[in-house]
Amino acid sequence: MLELRNICFQVPDEKSRNAEEKGILKDVSLTLEDNKFVVITGPNGGGKSTLAKVIAGIEKPTSGQILWDGQDITEMGISERAKLGISYAFQQPVRFKGVTVFDLIRLAAGKELSIAGACEYLSKVGLCAKDYINREVNSSLSGGEIKRIEIATIMARRTRVSVFDEPEAGIDLWSFQNLIQVFEEMHNQLHGSILIISHQERILQIADEILLIADGQLVKKGTREEILPQLLGTSDAAEFACKKMGSGR
Amino acid sequence: MDAIQKELLEAVAGLHEIPVGAYNIRADGKSVERNSTSNIEIVSKEDKSGIDIHIKPGTKKESVHIPVVLSQSGLEEVVYNDFYVGEDADVTIIAGCGIHNGGDASSRHDGIHRFYLSKNAHVKYVEKHYGTGDGKGERIMNPMTEIYLDEDSFMEMDTVQIRGVDSTNRGNKAYLKSGAKLVVMERLMTHGKQRAESHFDVQMDGEDCSANVVSRSVARDDSYQLFDSNICGNNRCSGHTECDAIIMDNAKISAVPELSANHVDAALIHEAAIGKIAGEQIIKLMTLGLTEAEAEEQIISGFLK
Repeated sequence: MLELRNICFQVPDEKSRNAEEKGILKDVSLTLEDNKFVVITGPNGGGKSTLAKVIAGIEKPTSGQILWDGQDITEMGISERAKLGISYAFQQPVRFKGVTVFDLIRLAAGKELSIAGACEYLSKVGLCAKDYINREVNSSLSGGEIKRIEIATIMARRTRVSVFDEPEAGIDLWSFQNLIQVFEEMHNQLHGSILIISHQERILQIADEILLIADGQLVKKGTREEILPQLLGTSDAAEFACKKMGSGR
Repeated sequence: MDAIQKELLEAVAGLHEIPVGAYNIRADGKSVERNSTSNIEIVSKEDKSGIDIHIKPGTKKESVHIPVVLSQSGLEEVVYNDFYVGEDADVTIIAGCGIHNGGDASSRHDGIHRFYLSKNAHVKYVEKHYGTGDGKGERIMNPMTEIYLDEDSFMEMDTVQIRGVDSTNRGNKAYLKSGAKLVVMERLMTHGKQRAESHFDVQMDGEDCSANVVSRSVARDDSYQLFDSNICGNNRCSGHTECDAIIMDNAKISAVPELSANHVDAALIHEAAIGKIAGEQIIKLMTLGLTEAEAEEQIISGFLK
């Protein structure tokens, strides 16, 4: 179980003349229970990606605590958290000259992996494995291709917590259904939890829980059934809007 | 050969034992083993130190190994090796030099290699440089390569110098006739106070010839590297050169790209980039569970692969 307690993350405000601190995350507390599928959504610039980086250890919170099964891991570095069981898929995956797709999946798996084993992960994310396995993870890959490879590396890690930062970005409509299946499968097979940052309604629709983060704060939190109608607008709300428009005519 | 020489031989030529095909193994200034085949003849030069390698026209899928090992401190030598590759031949040539210097005097091997490729010949040339030994004496290699490519011939050159060579000044010259193709891949890592210079001078003289010279290097500690290339397009041709370097610690790297077009249909491109390892690359590998040092090692070994 991963728990965030009163997480604040501040950076110097460049616009401010008095070097004031700008809050990116303001007192965020949440619990990610085992085997849960949680989606974080909210407006751009609201602090979602920073929250994911705080979980992965890439950013250190200004204050607050991160607990892993009750153990305080706030001061723990990226590698140690990764070894503990936290995976993090980058919003903009990193490119490497010379490092091949196979190298990356093998490193992610953390053990000797056969080519066939690595290919299986690629096939799951909808890439024709034999075309990609020996390719370099460099700028020759398109945004959608590298994004899928990034997801394959997280699948290969098989950790208790997997955090994905906007996995749908750059993925075309054709592959999207495939992506949903990948997450459903990961959720069913791994006895771990999945935390996805997303704006996509179809990802929200498969969530157990939805968190809404805006302006650095956790604004709403609840089950899919509770939150989704509020986000999408209920039929009552639509009716109300129509009436308003009608009366204004 | 003694144990040290055998170890060097394995490092530079991947040889555990006597290779198949034609070979000439040179140890401490003398040819110790040699074998010619019916298609490939190796003969000693009479006027100076070195060998001539004659490859018959039409020779296919054969290889020539010509490794050099030096384990005697203070030995300095200049060796001339000339390769005459017949028409339509398709061969692999594996050279390499390993120096073990356990003494205080400099050991130096300057290999002057000349390649004459006849029409339509194809050569894959692989060269590794390696140095060991904890003596104060420097390990120095100054290889010179001259390549003469006749019509429609193709030379691939793969050079690797990863560790242990204190000073290198590499010179490469190539002359291409019509339809000839040259592909060079250089991989280099320097550390300590090493210095490595690479000079390329490629003259594309014939119509529709092409050259691609790629260098990937890593400079660590206080080492120094210079990459200096001049690609000359003297006819309708295409040339590409790329120098990509990772700089670390207090190292210094200079890239001096030069393109000269002497013909309106010469298409020439140069790309050069020098920079430290991107922080996000290290972070990505750390999120896979690697330590920072392990991440760095993976990035470098991938880059130099």
